[in-house]
Amino acid sequence: MSLTHYLVVSAILFSISVIGIVINRKNVITLLMCIELMLLAVNTNFIAFSRYLDDATGQIFVFFILTVAAAEAAIGLAILVVLFRTHRNIDVADLKGLKG
Amino acid sequence: MGIFNQLLIIVFAPLIGALLAGFFGNKLGRVWTHRIAISLVATSFLLSLKIFLSYFYGSAEPLNQTLYHWASFGNISIQVGFLMDSLAAMMIVVVTFVSLMVHIYSIGYMQDDNGYQRFFSYISLFTFSMLMLVMSNNFLQLFFGWEAVGVVSYLLIGFWFKKESAIFANMKAFLVNRVGDFGFLLGIGGILYLFGSLDYAPVFEKMQQAKAMQESAQGVLASGEVTALGALGLEKTFSPWAGVEWSAISFICICLFIGAMGKSAQVPLHVWLPDSMEGPTPISALIHAATMVTAGVFLVARMSPLFEFSETALAMITIIGAITALFMGLIGIVQNDIKRIVAYSTLSQLGYMVVALGVSAYSAAVFHLFTHAFFKALLFLAAGSVIVAMHHEQDLRKMGGLRKYMPITYWTSVIGTLALIGTPFFAGFYSKDAIISAVAEAQGWGSNFAYFAVMAGVVVTALYSIRMLLLVFHGPQKMDEHTASHLHESPKVITYPLLLLAVPSLAIGWITAEPMLIGGYFDDAIMVLNEHNTLAHLKDIFGNAWAFALHGFVTPVFWLLLIGAIAAWFVFAYQPQLAELLAKVLMPIRKLLQNKYYFDQFNQKVFAKGSLGLGRFLWRYGDKAIIDDGIVNGSAHGVRKLADKARKLQSGYLNHYALVMLIGLMVLIGYLYLRN
Repeated sequence: MSLTHYLVVSAILFSISVIGIVINRKNVITLLMCIELMLLAVNTNFIAFSRYLDDATGQIFVFFILTVAAAEAAIGLAILVVLFRTHRNIDVADLKGLKG
Repeated sequence: MGIFNQLLIIVFAPLIGALLAGFFGNKLGRVWTHRIAISLVATSFLLSLKIFLSYFYGSAEPLNQTLYHWASFGNISIQVGFLMDSLAAMMIVVVTFVSLMVHIYSIGYMQDDNGYQRFFSYISLFTFSMLMLVMSNNFLQLFFGWEAVGVVSYLLIGFWFKKESAIFANMKAFLVNRVGDFGFLLGIGGILYLFGSLDYAPVFEKMQQAKAMQESAQGVLASGEVTALGALGLEKTFSPWAGVEWSAISFICICLFIGAMGKSAQVPLHVWLPDSMEGPTPISALIHAATMVTAGVFLVARMSPLFEFSETALAMITIIGAITALFMGLIGIVQNDIKRIVAYSTLSQLGYMVVALGVSAYSAAVFHLFTHAFFKALLFLAAGSVIVAMHHEQDLRKMGGLRKYMPITYWTSVIGTLALIGTPFFAGFYSKDAIISAVAEAQGWGSNFAYFAVMAGVVVTALYSIRMLLLVFHGPQKMDEHTASHLHESPKVITYPLLLLAVPSLAIGWITAEPMLIGGYFDDAIMVLNEHNTLAHLKDIFGNAWAFALHGFVTPVFWLLLIGAIAAWFVFAYQPQLAELLAKVLMPIRKLLQNKYYFDQFNQKVFAKGSLGLGRFLWRYGDKAIIDDGIVNGSAHGVRKLADKARKLQSGYLNHYALVMLIGLMVLIGYLYLRN
C-alpha cells in the first residue's frame, strides 16, 4: 500500500468529521466524537508520513496528540454532565445563551 | 540707606498697608486701619519726594537694577527690577502724593460706609500696582503693573457691588481694557521678536544708536540708501498675510499705543471712563483722573525712543488724541452730573496729552500729566465734597448758590478750574500752552487738524468748566428745603487735602515748568529726534516762568479762553433763558452730544449683541451640532450601530462557528497556496 492510500483514508475521515460538526444540530456528544475523529485523521496522517520519511518524530507527536485528546474527551464529557444537570438537555440547538 | 533700598520701601510700603487693611481690617478697626494705611503711604511719599528732588536739583544718575530673577527661557530672562530716572521719579511723586491726599480724604468721604477697611486696602493696593508700573525696568513687569491697576480699578468701580449700574460699569471697564491690553501684549511680542529681549535697556540702547547714526549720517548712511534702522538690522517687516508687509517698528508702536488707548481712554476705547464714575469719588480722583488713566501717556513717553522712529504711529496718535481732546470736551457741555462733567474733562485733557505725544513733545505731555494730576484730583475731590454736602446728590440742576455754605470747597474749586482752563500763572497754563505751541510747530501728518482741535478745545474747556462752577456755586439755590437746611462745609479731613492740592495746582508750574519743558529735565528718559523737536522753539519765547505767563496774555489761546469763559457766564448765569433757547435751537447737536455720539449704543448693538450672537451661533452649531451631537454622541452612536450589526454574527449555534472557522481556514490556505 502506498502513501496515497493512507492519505486518502485520512482525508475521508477528516471530511466525515467536518461534515458531522457542520450538519449536526442535535447532540453535543456527536460533536465531541467528530472532534475526536478529526484528531484521529490527523494522527493517521502523521504516522503515514513518519513511515514514509523514515522519521520517528511523527509517531512521537501522535502520542502527544492522543494524550491531549484523552484529556479533552474527559473535560468535554465532564462539561456535558454539568450541562445536563443544569439544562436537563444536551440539545445543541438549545445552547444559545451567548447569542447576540 | 542706599537708593535701591529706598525704592523698595516706596514700592512695598503701600503693599504692606493693603495686606494689613485687607486681611486684618476687622481686627484693627477703622481708626487703626486708616492710621496704618496712611502712615505707610506717607512714608512712601516722603521717600519719593526725596528721590524726585535728588533728580530735580541734584541731577542724579539713572538707576537700573534687578531685584529678583524669576525665570529664564533660552535667552529671555524674566525679572523684577526697577528703573529710576527723571520720568519715573516724577511719576512716583505724583502717584504717592495724590494717593496720600486721597487716603486722607477718604476718612471723611467713606466714614459711613460698611466697606471702610476694604476701601483702604484697595487704594493702597492700587498705589503699589501703579508704582510697580512706573518703576519697572522691563516689559513684563510693566504689563504686570498695567493689569494690576486694571484689576484694582475694576474692584473699585464696582465697590458698591449691590448697585446694578456699578456692576455694569466695572464689567464695561474691564472688557474695554481687554481690547487695549490685547494690543499691548501683541506689542510686547513684537518687541521680543525685533530685539530679542524684554528689558528696556537693550531696546533703548539700540534706538539711541539709531538716533546717533541718523543724526551724524556718516558712513553707509551718507549715501541715503540705508537708513539707520536698516544698518542696525531693525528694519524688519511682518507679513500677516500674502502681499502685505508691515514695518515691525510701526507695528509695535501702534500695538503699544492701542494698549495706551485702552488705559488712557482714547476714542474709540474711551467709553468705559465716564461710566467708571459709579465708583466712590476719591477713586475717581486717584485712579480715573490723576494716575491710572495717565499710564498710557506714561507708556508712550517711556517708549519715546521707539515711537520716534515710526511716523505712522505718531500720525495715528496725533489724530486720535485730537479727536478725543475736542469731541469729548463737547460732551462735557451738555452733561448734568457733576462727576461726569469732570470725567469728560479728564478725557479731553488726556486727549491733549496724547496730541502732545503725537507731535513728539513728550516732555510737554508728561508735564501736562504732572500738572493735570494735581488740579484734576482737586476738582474731583471738590466735587466729592459738594456731593457729601448735598447728601449724595450729583445733579447740577439741583445745586446752585453753594458758595456761601462751602467757602473752602468753592475757592479750591476756583483754583482747580482756572488751572484746568489754562489761565496764565496757574499750573495748567504752562503745560497746556506748551502743548499748543508744540502742535503749532508740528509738521507731521494730521498736525493741522490737531492744531484746530486743541485751539477749539480751549474754548470748550472754558465753557464746560465755568458752566459747572457757576451752576454749582453761584446762582439761585435749587435744592429742596431739607438738603438746604443741612448745608455746611465739609470736615477737615476733606478740606485739608483740597487745600494741599490747591497749592500745586496754583504754583507748581512756577518751579517746574522751566526745567521740565525747556531745561532738559527729562533728557535721560525721553528721546526726541532733532527733526521732531517741536519744543525747541519754546526756548525763544519762554524766558522764565513769569515772562512766559505774561506772554500768555497776548496769545490767541488766552483770547479763546476768555471767549469760552464769557460765553459760559453769559449763557448760564447772566441770561439763563438763553440756555433754554439755545438748547431748543441746537436740538440735533444737543441730542448727539447727550447720546455721546452714540458710541455706547453702537457698542451695545454691534459688539455686545454681535458677540452674543456669535456666541449663540457657535454654541448652537459648533458646540451642540458638531462637538456634542457629532463627535461625542456621534461616536457613541456609531459604535453602537456597528455593534448592533456585529452581534448578529454571534448566532450561538456551534455549527455556524465551525462552518465559519472552516471557511476562514480554506480562504487562508487558498490565499497562501495561490501566493506561492
